[in-house]
Amino acid sequence: MKTPAAAGRDAFDETGALAIIAAHAGLEGAALPVLHALQEAFGFIDKRNIPLIAAALNISKAEVHGVISFYHDFRGARPGRHVLKLCRAEACQSMGSESLAAHLAAAHGCAPGDTSADGALTIDNVYCLGNCALSPAALFDGEPVGRLDAARIDALVARSRGLAS
Amino acid sequence: MSARVFIPCDSSALSVGADAAARAIAQEAEKRGLAVEIVRTGSRGLFWLEPMIEVETAKGRLAYGPVSAGDAAALFDAGFLQGGAHPKALGAPEEIPFLKNQQRLIFARCGVTDPLSLADYRAHGGLAGLEKAIALGPKGTIEEVLASGLRGRGGAGFPTGIKWRTVAGEPAGQKYIVCNADEGDSGTFADRMLMEGDPFTLIEGMAIAGIACGADKGFVYIRSEYPHAFRMFEQAILKARAGGVLGAAVLGSPHSFDLEARLGAGAYICGEETSLLESLEGKRGQVRAKPPLPAIEGLFGKPTAINNVLSFASAPWILAHGAKAYAEFGMGRSRGTQPFQLAGNVKRGGLIELAFGVTIRRLVEEFGGGTHSGRPLRTVQVGGPLGAYFPDRLLDTPLDYEAMLEVKGMLGHGGIVVFDDSVDLARQARFAMEFCAIESCGKCTPCRIGSTRGVETLDKITAGVERDKNLAVLDDLCQLLTDGSLCALGGLTPIPVLSALTHFREDFHRPAQKATS
Repeated sequence: MKTPAAAGRDAFDETGALAIIAAHAGLEGAALPVLHALQEAFGFIDKRNIPLIAAALNISKAEVHGVISFYHDFRGARPGRHVLKLCRAEACQSMGSESLAAHLAAAHGCAPGDTSADGALTIDNVYCLGNCALSPAALFDGEPVGRLDAARIDALVARSRGLAS
Repeated sequence: MSARVFIPCDSSALSVGADAAARAIAQEAEKRGLAVEIVRTGSRGLFWLEPMIEVETAKGRLAYGPVSAGDAAALFDAGFLQGGAHPKALGAPEEIPFLKNQQRLIFARCGVTDPLSLADYRAHGGLAGLEKAIALGPKGTIEEVLASGLRGRGGAGFPTGIKWRTVAGEPAGQKYIVCNADEGDSGTFADRMLMEGDPFTLIEGMAIAGIACGADKGFVYIRSEYPHAFRMFEQAILKARAGGVLGAAVLGSPHSFDLEARLGAGAYICGEETSLLESLEGKRGQVRAKPPLPAIEGLFGKPTAINNVLSFASAPWILAHGAKAYAEFGMGRSRGTQPFQLAGNVKRGGLIELAFGVTIRRLVEEFGGGTHSGRPLRTVQVGGPLGAYFPDRLLDTPLDYEAMLEVKGMLGHGGIVVFDDSVDLARQARFAMEFCAIESCGKCTPCRIGSTRGVETLDKITAGVERDKNLAVLDDLCQLLTDGSLCALGGLTPIPVLSALTHFREDFHRPAQKATS
């Protein structure tokens, strides 16, 4: 895992950010590609990017903030070392996803929408991953997981905490 | 000669271990000194059998599934490369009733071919539609699509040919083709399957639209919840460009057309076409008032043909086989086939492409085999989160646009989610309002505020607080959302709520529960 040293966590790589912004700024309607690229590189959208994006795209800082805050994907803070996107939509509900969400909170102290206290795991609510015939479904660090149950959840949590699974 | 083994790389198959199975088979082959070529394909859409692998034998392709990594050694022992008997042998995939009883036009290649091989695509009938469109020219192509009766597969059911004709009729200049691949409805996955399993079909369909409308640039807006589909589609674009399907001279014709894939950012509302266009322009995904229609003033203010993945993907078949052949499928004003998606608490979930007019019951019972849990079925939700919850007695309703409206539902994108008798419809109604509150773009008040008021009112009802009065408030609120919302999110959220109230009233009259926080 690329875990930055504690002292470096608040550092802002302005040069790196500017390079990423410049690489995408020429696209038509560049805001989303720019934001995705920044989040891909840094794990979240540091507020200090906002004036840089605004300048590059010739829009106001308020507009940039408006775009970032509109979309569920863009994070304002660094997530846990691993991310579990748990589907909460109807098809997964029909197969018991709500009890899995409750299980995460009760057994692992990590409710959907939160990051665990040890910083190992962030759980995001998502609404449909298109794996509805193999519900309940999730994405663990971008990899699809189907037919989730409590045991598979426990294994994923153990994996994110660096324990054998 | 090396044996060929086909293993899906569809993300549903991956979610149950397709990669691990592929690795195990490769290792086992190496250990035994056997030459095996593994071809990664899309999925056939028989998801309860995934990972379903196929081997090429003298008797044709034979399937095994579900295959886990642990099965590899036993499969080799059984001689599966020659179709040997094994408990997981399924025989010829086309003979499995779930597949045999379908009418696969759009999905004919999905799960069969290598999704990124243009040669494979052509060998299985690909590009014939585009060649025909080039030969017919814009006008003839639009005539063909009009005559086919193709209607928008995103849910609204607007005739595709009329949309294309409108864009084509605008003065020449910059025009766009935009594909709505923001498939956000729970219970739907056809767009994802196609983009992962047969992406050239979508590319071909969009190129046909480009020629028809006189547009040289297209965008495909893919939701970020589909990272595999996005990557696969980006690769397919590169291959199509290299193969001359996209670029300055489409298949050597004077038509120029190129594509760009864009990633959404987790907003359900961006499946609404004007919201999607705003998002593509780099703005908040807030809906626009219509008119002007996107066909007249769409992306960056230019005439834009915006269609669902399946609408574009139908065009190649229509052009290749003729409008008449296509229109022979279907019923009433719903012509052609619809890839239905059977999901949720169902024994055999997957993709079922059939002509319009099949009943919900046939899909759920004959194809699906009933609930996964084995408990009695209580309801099915048709058409995603904005679709109706139907009781058993309405399952004989045929799936076509008009018949669904008659029973106060909608077909949407063709997703069907099955629930067993453990479902609480008051809770589902609450979720419909909650989902609308989470995903509302905030532009219009009925949707933005009404959805939250709806959640509160439903909480009061289940908590037993002045139930009759609050049921009246809920009815009133639903009317307001229906009449006063700017787009389908607010406008259709009452459908699941009212269907739950109408068909499952008893769930709203249970002994008072503590309000859900």
